[in-house]
Parts: sequence; C-alpha cells; structure tokens
Amino acid sequence: MIAIVDYGAGNIKSLQFALKKLNMHSCVTTDATQIRNSDAIILPGVGAFKDAINELQQSGLATTLKEEVSNGKKLLGICLGMQLFYENSYEDGVWEGLGLLKGNVKKMNDTVKVPHMGWNTLTKHRNSPLLKDTVEEEYVYFVHSYAVQDYQQNTLVSSTNYGGIVPAIVQQDNVIGMQFHPEKSGEAGLQLLRNFKELIG
Amino acid sequence: MLAKRIIPCLDVDKGRVVKGKKFQNIQDVADPVSLAKKYNEDGADELVFYDITASNETRNIFIDVVEQVAAEVAIPFTVGGGIRAIDDFHKVLRAGADKVSINSAAVDNPRLIQEAAWKFGSQCVVLSIDAKENKDGNWTVYTNGGRIDTGLDALEWAKRGEELGAGEIVINAIDTDGEKNGYNLSLTKAIAQSVNIPIVASGGAGKLEHFQDVLQPDVADAALAASVFHYNEISVSQLKQLLAENGVPVRKRRVTPWN
Repeated sequence: MIAIVDYGAGNIKSLQFALKKLNMHSCVTTDATQIRNSDAIILPGVGAFKDAINELQQSGLATTLKEEVSNGKKLLGICLGMQLFYENSYEDGVWEGLGLLKGNVKKMNDTVKVPHMGWNTLTKHRNSPLLKDTVEEEYVYFVHSYAVQDYQQNTLVSSTNYGGIVPAIVQQDNVIGMQFHPEKSGEAGLQLLRNFKELIG
Repeated sequence: MLAKRIIPCLDVDKGRVVKGKKFQNIQDVADPVSLAKKYNEDGADELVFYDITASNETRNIFIDVVEQVAAEVAIPFTVGGGIRAIDDFHKVLRAGADKVSINSAAVDNPRLIQEAAWKFGSQCVVLSIDAKENKDGNWTVYTNGGRIDTGLDALEWAKRGEELGAGEIVINAIDTDGEKNGYNLSLTKAIAQSVNIPIVASGGAGKLEHFQDVLQPDVADAALAASVFHYNEISVSQLKQLLAENGVPVRKRRVTPWN
C-alpha cells in the first residue's frame, strides 16, 4: 500500500488513477499510523509552499515523514511535494522546509515566462533505476513557478532546460523528487511511476 | 526545450460534446470520454472542457465527466464554464481537473482570480478572455458567451489578470471564432507582449498553417481548436508532424505504449 499524503493540495485524483493503472494500491491519508504502515509514501502537491508546510507541521505529519525516511522508507515528492524536501523556500516570504535534501526553492528566472507550463524534455545526469525504459529527451509535463536551487549535484538524476538548468528528477537514497507531474505525463510519466514501483519492490 | 502545445477543446452540454459556430447553431458531436481518449492517443498535449450550459441541474453530470476523463487520460486538462466561486474550483480540481478557466466571473469579480491563486496556486488559474475589435481598432472584452461588451480593454485586462495571479491566458478572438480563416495573430501577439505568462490562442483554426502561424516564438505558447479536430478535418498527429517538420517544437508522443 502506498500512502498519498493529503494535506489539502489540489488534484490528487489523477495520481490515484495513474497508480491504479499500474496496479499500485494507494490510499489518500493524513493518518500517521497508516503512513507508518505503508510500503512507500507519495507527497503530492500543487499550491502554496507556506500552506503546505504549515499543514504538515501542525498535523505532526512532518515529523512522521522524517522518521519514515530515516527508517529507509521510499518517499516520492511530486512538484510542490518535491520542493517541500528542501531547506528553505522563498515563495512569498521565507519558509523552512522539511530539510530532507540540501538546497532552496526560489522563483524561476523571469527571462522566460513563469509559470513554466507544458511539456519539456528530460536530460539525464546520472544513471538511475528510475530512468529504466525511458528514452533520452523524454517529454514530461511541468507546471511550476518556483524551482530548486543550491542543490547537491550528486542528487540530480535528470534536469530540464527553462531559462537555465531546472532539476526535474532528484534522488538521495530513498528520497525521490519529481518537479513535473508523472501522473499527467502520459506514457512517459506512467513509466517513471512504474520504475518507482519497482524500487519499492 | 519547452514544446508548443496543441489543445483540443470540448464543449460539453448535458454530458455530450457539442460544437457551435460563433457560440450558436449547436450540434451534438460525441461522447467526451471517448473523444478525450482519442485525442490523447493522437498526441494532444492538453484538453479543455467547457460546461456550456452550466446549470445547477446539469452540474453533477459535468463533474462526472471530469472524473471519468481524469481516470482515462494521463494528460493535463482544464475545465471551464460555470465557475463562479472558490467552491467551484475546489469541486472540479477534486474531480481530477488540473486547471480551471474563468471568464465572465473574473470580470464581475476580479478578486476570484486572486483568491483562487492563493488557495490553489497560479498554475491552475486560467483567465479566459473573449475579445472583439472595436471601431477604434482596440480590443474589448466580452462576457456571457460573447453577448455583453464590458468596455474593458483586452490588453489591460490581461495585465490585471496576471497581477492578480492568473497563471495562463486563453485569448479567444470572437471575430475569427468558427470562421476557420486563421487565428487572430495581431490580437494574440499584443496579449503575449503585455504579459509574461503562457498564452493560449483560440478561435479561427481551419488549416494546418494556421497553427504554425500562431505558434511562432513571439505569438502563442499553445493553440486551442475544436471543430477541425471534432470533424476530423485535421488530425492532431498529422498536425504535430507538420509542425515538427517546420521547426515548431512539439512533443513527440511515445510510440511504445506504457503497458
């Protein structure tokens, strides 16, 4: 069972449908016990960083997530869910994130249109089982106005280019982030989710 | 490289996709879910669903359609029509929509853009603008399906929408809509120059070249069309191939199915 953490953020339904297509059982939950008993956790997300981190802190789920990660459980963050992994976000103020990964979340370069919206290509930085059966320059769907900066190079699996290099897939041990929406990225996205499934075992 | 997007638009009335010309002469066309699947298979990058009746009686049918589409296709889609309050945003997003398009309601209450952007994020707030050229050669905003002239300047309204937090603008040229003589390039370009958020051009697609013209670097980021796709005059896959051959960056759909 995969626990999808529900902290009031947007479109979780599409993620559930995508997992269902891949025969991955999931539940949408805010219950710490259910999260502890899960095989893996997905932190989804659209919306504001501040609201999301406040909700996770106040409900105590931030602590649960950190404990589960230190126990070795796989955690996948999608879009804002990935951004929450980092130390600080500068979205409408300065907000402390979960601090699972080193780096900060900052407004994207406005020499390009923001939000970065649409299908963009993935460039591989290192080999990872997450990229199994994907092709070079795979198109995935992005929609975000903030991006991760000051990250550790060795965590970068894939990037995209939009006014500069934008981290697209990051991984540090059992913590995995995808800045785009795999559940909305057609067959390419489903393949990436299937690779996540295989990582869980 | 960020790809230019091709977006079939589906007008939904009591659970069926319909297509009218200039907001009139509405004809029954197809089942929204099977059409969505077909467009996805053809390589459409996104879809738009408008609830054109948007009455209380038919609202639940429409929400069901949204949920069924989300279950069947793994590409983003926008929902519009009948969105007047934050709660309406909440319902369609919960049903599986990715973006919500507002038009008349935003003109009546611009704060709706701001509240929705705060609550759900700018990325899901699409400001849809119906514009028509006035006698002075400027474009004014129309509401209620092109029936009411608000007197608002379309370029000013686009800027205001961006400031309030809209994440994307759909610009629909009332004069060219349904005529199949091409998008209104000057209007689309003017809007694109006024703001720094993505622009979706709408109204007037009839030939492959029309898409190519409107997807040039300084015009639109995406092109929306309905009847040319619904009546099989242009297939999305054929269109994207032509665009690619002519140097427009488009997403190539994976040939190997995920299963």
